[in-house]
Amino acid sequence: MHGLINRAIERFVRDTYGRDVWGAVVRDAGLEFTEFESMLSYESDVTHRVLDALAANLNRPLPDTLEDIGTYLVSHPKVEALRRLLRFGGPTFTEFLHSLDDLPARAQLAVPDLHLPDLELCEHGADAYSVHCRGELPGFGHVIVGLLRALADDYGALALLEHKGTRDGCEIIDVRLLAAEHTRGRAFDLAARAI
Amino acid sequence: MTKGRAIQSGQAAPSDRLAAMMDVLCPMHVVLGDTGHLTHAGPTLLKLFADTPLIGARFTELFEVKRPRGDGSMAALIGRAGDKMHLRIRGGARTDLKGVLVPLPPGWGPEGGALINLSFGISVVAAVRDFGLTGTDFAATDLAVEMLYMVEAKTAAMEASRKLNLRLQGAMIAAEEQAYTDTLTGLRNRRALDYVLDRLAEAEQDFALIHIDLDFFKAVNDTGGHAAGDHVLREVARIMVEETRSDDTVARVGGDEFVLVLERLINPERVHDIAARLITRLSQPLSFAGQVYQISASAGSVLSCDYHQLDLGQMMLEADTALYTAKHRGRGRHIPFSRDLKKPDAVTAGHDDRVSGR
Repeated sequence: MHGLINRAIERFVRDTYGRDVWGAVVRDAGLEFTEFESMLSYESDVTHRVLDALAANLNRPLPDTLEDIGTYLVSHPKVEALRRLLRFGGPTFTEFLHSLDDLPARAQLAVPDLHLPDLELCEHGADAYSVHCRGELPGFGHVIVGLLRALADDYGALALLEHKGTRDGCEIIDVRLLAAEHTRGRAFDLAARAI
Repeated sequence: MTKGRAIQSGQAAPSDRLAAMMDVLCPMHVVLGDTGHLTHAGPTLLKLFADTPLIGARFTELFEVKRPRGDGSMAALIGRAGDKMHLRIRGGARTDLKGVLVPLPPGWGPEGGALINLSFGISVVAAVRDFGLTGTDFAATDLAVEMLYMVEAKTAAMEASRKLNLRLQGAMIAAEEQAYTDTLTGLRNRRALDYVLDRLAEAEQDFALIHIDLDFFKAVNDTGGHAAGDHVLREVARIMVEETRSDDTVARVGGDEFVLVLERLINPERVHDIAARLITRLSQPLSFAGQVYQISASAGSVLSCDYHQLDLGQMMLEADTALYTAKHRGRGRHIPFSRDLKKPDAVTAGHDDRVSGR
């Protein structure tokens, strides 16, 4: 598993629940280190152990936590860079939805060895969509739910999202767009501020 | 949207319909009349020149044509139709543009006029910042926004890689430090000594080398055990560091064998003073766990400036010969190497003698 994914889980736990919880997760997962390295690769078993330990420590169903991770990735100030990269997907939430199919390829342009699950947007009529998510990361669909919910907010759109379960190894997410321009949303300036 | 209405209108003149189409396809295009003055400009260009009226202005007064060079006349511009143009916006922040010109067919616009499409090329990152451009300022098919994404994504990825490199470098320095350190005493080890000697030889820097062997150390181990032996070695190391300068090298190269490298020393008396003072201090009684231990030290030295051709192997050998002589003459003393000392074949026997004397 790519270090970026493990590192994202770690940052989420540290920034949301604090270092003590992360310490407990590290211990329960049997890791021999306390920090994931974004640019290294890890056995996929490591990620599963961390997620199981996290669910046990928080005493919370894993899907709920995965959704929180998706929300965190868009809305937490510490990962603003990722929110910006996502917003390059399109000037409106609708256009962003239509760019979802390209998301794994976009990620790979930046980090060639980062393999995200395949995403496919299906349109079912006016403002009704479903996102199909298929790949090596079971539960990734829940992350997408949290991510899309936070992005809808970010764009100022009002959307209903629901994870409809897994069919033939494919996670299905229902997206209902109630209002494309519900609020002003958060600003997105194409030009990055000086780093 | 006005753009859309204009395209659909069947009433408008062909030139207006062309301009409306081009506004969507190429929002940075201009239409020039036969005198080289603008008759139309795309919406993104209008945004770039917010404070400057464009219509009626002369193209070459707004843009400097850097390549191909010409006299700036309309004829010269049309003469290079289809060629890539390198342009710069006159005044304001430096903004370089790429462009290409096509002559207008009769009836499509001003007679003898031309259409020039412009793009930012590689300066797009700065232009987006300088002019506050958004995604809608670029044609839907333009790769500019993808390029901005790439720049930002690669910058973030590079930053993560840079942080990893810094951490790895820190780990490497720590590992190297460990590889060059004698873990018991904290002195340098033989690897470090070899490295220092090679460096000095390469830099042709003069130095003195003192080879030191403790006397009666075996007795410490025999009576007090390894804990006492370790304690004595640490005390010896501390004394050696105190008696040398910070840029000198003190290395433990064997159980109770040490080598001192004193940089820039060429004076035999200075070397003797240092060795003698060190031996005096090492001959003071040391106590550990209620026991008092009495050791001493023998030393042999060589000076690099005594060699015409620096040979580290020979220097080590001759320092050892001098050390053997010091042992042989009753221990607790320093002997500088000289040619009349016994040759290495006697040293083999000397080593046995040293072992029995510990």
